[in-house]
Amino acid sequence: MKVRLKIWRQPNAAAPGRFETYDTPDLNPNMSFLEMLDVVNEDLTARGQEPVAFDHDCREGICGTCSLVINGKPHGPHRGVATCQTYMRSFKDGDTIVVEPFRARPFPVIKDLIVSRKAFDKIMQAGGFISVRTGAAPDANSLPVPKPAADEAMDAAACIGCGACVAACKNASAMLFVSAKVSQFALLPQGQPERERRVLRMVQAMDEAGFGACTVTGSCEAVCPKNISLDFIARLNREYARALLKGG
Amino acid sequence: MNILRALFQTTLGRKYLMAGSGLILFGFVVGHMVGNLQIFLGPAVLNRYAHFLQSLGELLWVVRLVLLAMVGLHIGAAILLTLENRRARPLAYEGGGAYGASLASRTMIYTGLIIAAFVVYHLLHFTVRAPVDLTPHDLATMKTTLDGKEVHDVYRMVVVGFQQPLVAAFYIVAVSLLSFHLGHGVAAMFQSLGLRNRAWNPAIQRFGQVASWALAIGYVSIPLAVWLGLVK
Ligand code: HEM
Ligand code: FES
Repeated sequence: MKVRLKIWRQPNAAAPGRFETYDTPDLNPNMSFLEMLDVVNEDLTARGQEPVAFDHDCREGICGTCSLVINGKPHGPHRGVATCQTYMRSFKDGDTIVVEPFRARPFPVIKDLIVSRKAFDKIMQAGGFISVRTGAAPDANSLPVPKPAADEAMDAAACIGCGACVAACKNASAMLFVSAKVSQFALLPQGQPERERRVLRMVQAMDEAGFGACTVTGSCEAVCPKNISLDFIARLNREYARALLKGG
Repeated sequence: MNILRALFQTTLGRKYLMAGSGLILFGFVVGHMVGNLQIFLGPAVLNRYAHFLQSLGELLWVVRLVLLAMVGLHIGAAILLTLENRRARPLAYEGGGAYGASLASRTMIYTGLIIAAFVVYHLLHFTVRAPVDLTPHDLATMKTTLDGKEVHDVYRMVVVGFQQPLVAAFYIVAVSLLSFHLGHGVAAMFQSLGLRNRAWNPAIQRFGQVASWALAIGYVSIPLAVWLGLVK
């Protein structure tokens, strides 16, 4: 199969970008989307042109490094699937595919399809951790955790921090990401000592980075490769109110 | 952190204000509809109800000022949030976008602003009784006697007003947009106030849909009844 790509090219953060159209070489439909871009890049390199810069690492849907907005949807056509796990058989021979970087003011384009997601790191540094003395591993189950809380914390911890929620949101809101990180700790005993401080600081870092507010459109949940639920945003709203009422 | 500062300056705080004011306004539009539907019980009932409200004196002003404050908070937060949200997302996608977002959720500011324009007109019409209903009648002098007292003939004001097709049409458009606003807004309000979880979400979504449809049907039934001559 062959497809036509309409790809965003931008030499660096300061320079303006524009769309370029490329016809791919012959592709195997079982290639992943990123492998398809590798083939296109080899072809571009062979012809003496600059390859398309894009983010990727694990290529197995667990690291959160891949990004891309494919035909207007972050991470491509499927629900609950990252770009690296999207395969060319999901497209038709001869399709034109629009490939763009995540768009959000806090995620500036570095080059072509790569955006800086440092704003997420700043939010994590503000409170996305627990402070414990390390040492010998404690006995298993020495700290009782109710099964429903453990399950829900696991669902929240599935967030890989890719930023698709921000990319999809018409407000470029980071609420789904922040809510997953806050919930993951708020649900577990290990997260209790810093519970109030964490949510206040993470929300502050989120606002300072310039992310928008939540309008509850549900776009984030619809594109999340890990199916993180909007229910966590309600939990974040609850946690934040609780922290404010307790005086931080 | 100072609670007041957080309420007015953070994204989450502003959404609490949005949802809290929305909740009170929602309560008002439900109560207002139930009150208005008394028009189907005849002139005496509606006029007695209107006279009762007007005779509340200071209490009426307390209610009016609270509602005005809620409208101010709601509109203020709406405009601030909308501007910030647009700044956060300067570029649209070439390949489409707003994936998974309902039309109502994407147009809250537009439906809201049209509702605001209608509220101004509506207050001028029935509360100030200014000559804005395109009829030669003077609403301010439209009186009737009830239990031996002279009171405003609210029943006739409504009938005369809604007999004007343009007045009725604006009303129908506005309450339909209000219903559309709340079709997204009611469920969003629970979300913003943190009152949602996996177990309650289906019930919350259904309540939002039922409540917004009930409001649309209840409010639209009045001008329709006037048009059809059922209320005259
Ligand atoms: C009686 C009239 C109104 C009622 C009952 C009402 C109710 C609501 C409710 C319940 C919400 C959901 C709050 C949330 O997302 O947490 C909402 C959102 C909203 N309302 Fe209203 N509203 C009314 C009038 C207005 C007006 C006059 C405006 C004018 C600008 C407006 C603009 C908005 C906007 C922009 C949102 C979405 C905010 C966001 O999440 O980004 N509303 N409204
Ligand atoms: S490359 Fe690691 S999740 Fe896609």
